[in-house]
Amino acid sequence: MAIGVKVVARPRDLGQQAYVPALVKGLGVTMRHFFDNLFGGGKHIVTIQYPEERAVYPKRYRGLHRLMVREDGSVRCVACMCCPTVCPAHCITILAEQTGNPNEKRPRVFEIDELRCVVCGLCVEACPCDAIRMDTGIWSSPVALRGDAVQGKADLMKRGALSTAVQGGAGGDWRDKQR
Amino acid sequence: MGWLAILIPLVVFVVLGFVATLLFGWLIPALGGDLHSWYAALLKAAFILLGFVMPLAGVLTWMERRQSAMMQDRLGPNRANVGPVRAFGLMHFVADALKMLFKEDFVPANANKLLFALGPVMAIAPVLITFAVVPWGSGVCAGHLTDRLTDGQLAQCLDTGGGRFQVVHLEIGLLFYFAIASLAVYGATLAGWASYNKWSLLGGLRASSQMMSYEVTMGLAILGAFLVYGSLEPATIVQAQGDSILHWGVVTQPLGFVLFFTAAIAETKRTPFDIPEGESEVIGYFVEYSGMRFGMFYLAEFMEVIFTSAIVATVFFGGWQIPGLHADGFVAGQMPHWLVCTLQFVAWAVKVFVLCWFQLMIRWTMPRFRPDQLMRLGWKQLLPASLANILITAGVVLALMPGAK
Ligand code: SF4
Ligand code: SF4
Repeated sequence: MAIGVKVVARPRDLGQQAYVPALVKGLGVTMRHFFDNLFGGGKHIVTIQYPEERAVYPKRYRGLHRLMVREDGSVRCVACMCCPTVCPAHCITILAEQTGNPNEKRPRVFEIDELRCVVCGLCVEACPCDAIRMDTGIWSSPVALRGDAVQGKADLMKRGALSTAVQGGAGGDWRDKQR
Repeated sequence: MGWLAILIPLVVFVVLGFVATLLFGWLIPALGGDLHSWYAALLKAAFILLGFVMPLAGVLTWMERRQSAMMQDRLGPNRANVGPVRAFGLMHFVADALKMLFKEDFVPANANKLLFALGPVMAIAPVLITFAVVPWGSGVCAGHLTDRLTDGQLAQCLDTGGGRFQVVHLEIGLLFYFAIASLAVYGATLAGWASYNKWSLLGGLRASSQMMSYEVTMGLAILGAFLVYGSLEPATIVQAQGDSILHWGVVTQPLGFVLFFTAAIAETKRTPFDIPEGESEVIGYFVEYSGMRFGMFYLAEFMEVIFTSAIVATVFFGGWQIPGLHADGFVAGQMPHWLVCTLQFVAWAVKVFVLCWFQLMIRWTMPRFRPDQLMRLGWKQLLPASLANILITAGVVLALMPGAK
């Protein structure tokens, strides 16, 4: 199939050809903005002066990760490996260890490489015990060395807070409770 | 806040004008200096270049960014500071200069070293030289600073005393300007050729074709003003625009003004005529330059902006004239000589400043021309228009001339 060519007519009227009226009109627009901004106290200016002023992020903005804690201050994560499994960037590393409780594990190592993270939020979705969250609102901070971008368990728990979700859901006997 | 943008330049200009008046009207004569001498001319050049042109060129690099930002609803560079003094980021140009001085001065392997070094010099030198003919005030009558001089007395004193605020008083002033300014094209072309880079060579060729085309229009557009004022000497042209605003070139030569201004902007190689440089796309003649050599091209561009403003102010906006201001004030015997001198310098500086602002305004409003559009505009539209302007002006001048029937 041949590619069609659409010939666009050149402007033939004098106003467009003379260039000057359009120039004056354009100058009018730019000058209006210039004087409005200069003498009107920066009326239209949209710049946010970053370190002093900050944009307000939406509530559900996905910021730096954090690990939530239980009442006794220990980590809520049970090292179920849901989040490293779902993570599309493979940036979560968990090494599990035993706890005294035969029903639960806990992470000995919990690392997230924030440089590889694509901030998809799937880890939060996957977590069965509200252990990992991205609701800090913190923009990943710049680092000098790549290694510094890896957030360890301690870093993640520093930002953690008490989660009021019931650990382990309704419990193993929830079916019985239904009756 | 915005009012400071008017107030601060005004204060600076008043101070500069006062300094010039004192320097040439009192200090040099008091030290036994001769205002006709070569060192007086050198001092005048040093004053106008180091005191006005260079600082203004530096400030313009900052102003351009701030102004374009304001036009586009941004803030622009407002951070550079010295300790706690931020001054709206005014120090940015100092930071820029320091950065350029410390950057690597790279010379491409196969470049012609001599011509490569000559390029930026050839770009900047003509602009500096052309300032020699620009009058930045009527001048001072040494030893009469506190007197109330009449127009006649001042004119006589200027003719004999050499206190003119103009580096050289050349009868062929504007021709000198054209002769020297056209040398600037060598800067661009040499830089493009000596870089041993196809793209910069093409940029240099674009620059030379553009500058040569528009020089024609520029010369012809200003011919109308020659006819009206009957002189090529800038100070004389300014003198002739004194009586009222109706004698200003922009009123007697409106078409000439538009043509000259357009062509002069094309000469500065800035948007909408920035085909030679094409910062963002087409790569210009100074693509191989870095560090302060690049800085010289950059500075030359802004000095050309100032110079264009100065010439346009001189020929079309009455130079240092304030309508109704005579050598002794608005009414006879009102003001001492030094005050009038200062006011005239301020008037000139304000006109130059406003015209610079206007050029920046145009630069950030217009889109760029295509090369063929540029050539068509230059040769097929501006050139015939300027020829018509000369014919009409000549006809009117002939009809109005005393003795013509
Ligand atoms: S946000 Fe996405 S990419 Fe980042 S750690 Fe969670 S699952 Fe992985
Ligand atoms: S999904 Fe939740 S509980 Fe499971 S390993 Fe990840 S953070 Fe821990």
